[in-house]
Amino acid sequence: MIITLNDYLLVSGLLFTIGFSGVLLRRNIIIIFMCLELMLNAANLSLVAFSRFHLAADGLPNYNGQILVFFIITVAAAEVAVGLAIIVALYRARQTTHVEDINSLKF
Amino acid sequence: MSPILFWLFSILMLGFGVLVVVHRNPVASALSLVVSFLGLAVLFVSLDAYFIGVIQVLVYAGAVMVLFLFIIMLLDLKAEERRKWNPLALAGGAFVTLSFAALLIKVLHRFPDADKAFPPLPVKVGQMEDVHNVGMMLFTNYNLPFQVVGVLVLVATIGIVVLSKKELK
Repeated sequence: MIITLNDYLLVSGLLFTIGFSGVLLRRNIIIIFMCLELMLNAANLSLVAFSRFHLAADGLPNYNGQILVFFIITVAAAEVAVGLAIIVALYRARQTTHVEDINSLKF
Repeated sequence: MSPILFWLFSILMLGFGVLVVVHRNPVASALSLVVSFLGLAVLFVSLDAYFIGVIQVLVYAGAVMVLFLFIIMLLDLKAEERRKWNPLALAGGAFVTLSFAALLIKVLHRFPDADKAFPPLPVKVGQMEDVHNVGMMLFTNYNLPFQVVGVLVLVATIGIVVLSKKELK
C-alpha cells in the first residue's frame, strides 16, 4: 500500500471538517477560536501535500506552496494575538465568553 | 514514510482534533490541540517540508498555544456548566458538517490524478537543503510580501496594545 496525494487530501479535509463542526457546535468563544486554527492548519496540510506532489523544474518540491504556508502561519499568529486581545476586552466588558450571551446585534 | 506511520499520526491528529471539539474543559481542549499540531508537524516532515514542520512546532505548538493557555488562565474559565443544548442548532450543525464531509469525499473521488504515488526527489533523505531553498525563495521572489508581513505584525502589535488599554473609547 502506497500513500497517495488523495490520502493527504482526505486527512486534510477531515481535519477541516472537525474544525468546522467545532465552530458550528461549540458556544465558548475560545474553543471556537481554537477550531479556527484547526481549519487553517488543514489548509496548510493540503498546500504542503500539493507542493510535494507537483515538483518544480529542478526536481525539488515546489516551494511556492511552502512559502504560502509560511505566510499563513505568520498571519495566523498575528490573528491569534489580536483575537485573544479582543476576547479579553470583551470579557472585561461583559464577564462572559459564551457567544449566546453576546447578542446585542441580534435583531 | 511508511503507510503505518502515516495513518498512525493522521489518526492521532484527527483523534485529538475531535477531543478539542468535545471536551468541556477549555484547558483540556487546548492541550489536545497541542498534540494535534504535533501530529500535523510530523505529517509535514513526512512530506519533506522540514522547515514548515519545525515552525509548526515552534510557532503553533509553542507560542500560539502558550498564548491560548495564558488567556484561559487569565479569564479563569471553569469547565462549562451543562447548558441546555438547542436541539435544532445541534441537528443543523451536525447536518451541515456531515454533508460537508460527504461532499468533500465525493470531490476527492473525482480527482483521478491524485491516486498516483508521490514522485521521488533527486536528492537523498537528509541531504536536502530545505531551509536554504525556502530562504532563497523568500528573499528573492517573495521579498515584497515578506516585508509587508513584517508591517502586518507591527500593526498587530500596536493593535493589541491599544485593545488592552484600561479604558476603551
